[in-house]
Amino acid sequence: MSLAATARPRSGFARVASATLRAFNTNKTSWVGLALFLIVLIIAILAPWIAPHDPIEQDIFSKLQGPSATHWLGTDYYGRDILSRLMYGARYSLIIGIAATAFAMVAGSVIGMLAGYYGGRFDTITMQVMDILLAFPSLILGLIIVAMLGPSLLNIIIAIALTSIPSFARIARAPTISVKEREFVEAGRSLGYSDARILFVHILPNITAEILVMFSLWTASSIRTEASLAFIGLGLKPPTPTWGGMIREGFENILESYWLAMMPGLAILIVVFALNLLGDGLRDAIDPKLKGEQ
Amino acid sequence: MTAFLVRRLGFACITLFAVLTIIFLIVRILPGDPAQVILGDQADAGAVAAMRTRLGLDRPLLVQYADFLSGAIRGDWGVSLVTGRPVIQEVLSVLPWTIELTLYALLIGAAIGIPLGIWAAVNRNLFTDYAIRIASLLGLSFPAFVSGILLLIGFAIQLRWFPVISGQRATWTQWLQSLVLPAVNLGLIMAAYITRVTRSAMLEVLSEDYVRTARAKGVPWQAVVWRHALRNALIPIITIVGLYLGVLIGNSVLTEIVFNRPGLGKLIVGALNQRDYTMLQGMMVIYTLLVVAINLATDVVYGVADPRVKLQ
Repeated sequence: MSLAATARPRSGFARVASATLRAFNTNKTSWVGLALFLIVLIIAILAPWIAPHDPIEQDIFSKLQGPSATHWLGTDYYGRDILSRLMYGARYSLIIGIAATAFAMVAGSVIGMLAGYYGGRFDTITMQVMDILLAFPSLILGLIIVAMLGPSLLNIIIAIALTSIPSFARIARAPTISVKEREFVEAGRSLGYSDARILFVHILPNITAEILVMFSLWTASSIRTEASLAFIGLGLKPPTPTWGGMIREGFENILESYWLAMMPGLAILIVVFALNLLGDGLRDAIDPKLKGEQ
Repeated sequence: MTAFLVRRLGFACITLFAVLTIIFLIVRILPGDPAQVILGDQADAGAVAAMRTRLGLDRPLLVQYADFLSGAIRGDWGVSLVTGRPVIQEVLSVLPWTIELTLYALLIGAAIGIPLGIWAAVNRNLFTDYAIRIASLLGLSFPAFVSGILLLIGFAIQLRWFPVISGQRATWTQWLQSLVLPAVNLGLIMAAYITRVTRSAMLEVLSEDYVRTARAKGVPWQAVVWRHALRNALIPIITIVGLYLGVLIGNSVLTEIVFNRPGLGKLIVGALNQRDYTMLQGMMVIYTLLVVAINLATDVVYGVADPRVKLQ
């Protein structure tokens, strides 16, 4: 009995935590990514307290100004402070990006785990459907869903989530198939554990690391998709300050004042790059075989 | 081999059928009556009813479905609600623009990405490798419209090498001017993808036994890399690039908008803005056809090129 207890794999989540820490330490770029991301996150959370101006307050007399002491990054076509709009815009980008990815992660992982665990015809059909969704250009799918449902916060989150569910299903399925053949799962099954218990208590911790890596990479992608939708005109309605929407407005006046489109563009780039650095570095450390593969 | 092809073709047909059904249902099930949406909130009931008849929405659902399926296969996708021209004509008139842009972008992507990927792989974990990996990650992080706008600001507004709006293409120079910036924009992002895929495929292949054997019998390193390893790495590269088609299509939509270039992307955004439902439905059909066709081609290339994956 005591032998069985020592041979048992360490409790799943503790192992994931220590593996993650080790991953951070073997790959320094993850730290850079994490730090950049945390800076943006803190700015987004503190926006109402640290933004120098009201993001939607118009001031026609000071429109299209360059950087100055009162407006560090200048003003837009309606005289609104660009820095303040960028700070508030970070909130929308992060809320939509994180919520959509979290939704897709939960739904996709459950679908993938079930398909991998039960196998057979259920697996074939489910994954075929996922492959079809995966093949369809996600931006086009997102465009159509948002255009039909209307561009509210929730609808945008749903549209982006739907486009990334298949990827999570695929990621969760493969490790489930390999883990379900391992001895400890067989042991659990012979002890009469229910499928749900085996799936969530014994298999889930073993695939958590991979899913979390994908979470950061897909949050990057969701933020990019949200900005693209807003740029096309299917984002939150103006005057809500979204980065994609700011670029859209700036693009209309690009000949006279190109910095209007450039500043939010750089903001998106920084966040997406930070999340990609974070996810990519962690993935390398967790699975050296996948090194560098997107 | 024949069995493999037949199976793949069967799968493609099922996929096509499934997606067409989903498209049909999406357009009809999602909230919002197309007739009402087209005419606006103030339209009276009579006008809405007339529009429903014109769109064929008053017929039984099954009849509409059968009509839609047979139309989709025959290439009869209805008439644009805005221009009154057949959807297929509208699509075919801009398709060459999108294909041209995509092909040149792929060329640029491969020309930059494959050598960079190889260079990174043979210098694994050295400075070159890290630099290339970080640069390609940065490339992947660019939303296509942000990089497009930066190119536009740099080369059209600041340097004035290219016109900001270039619809003309009567002469060779005009054609080149209208193509270069969009193709470079799309091509650089593609290059970032291809670099990473090439790097990991090469790393995989370079650790194979036959590479060691080739080295052991005295084949020069250059020849091993370019002749033995790259040839084997190309198969996964092609497959994964095929899978990135969706990303490429999304990016081409954004590129077309930024550079104001005709193409499928501009067409679909125009249809969305003008609530042109038949056009939208037709566009979804063509995207599906493209995706299914390319997936099938990728599968077949993979199956033909690598006998190990056959009949799985």
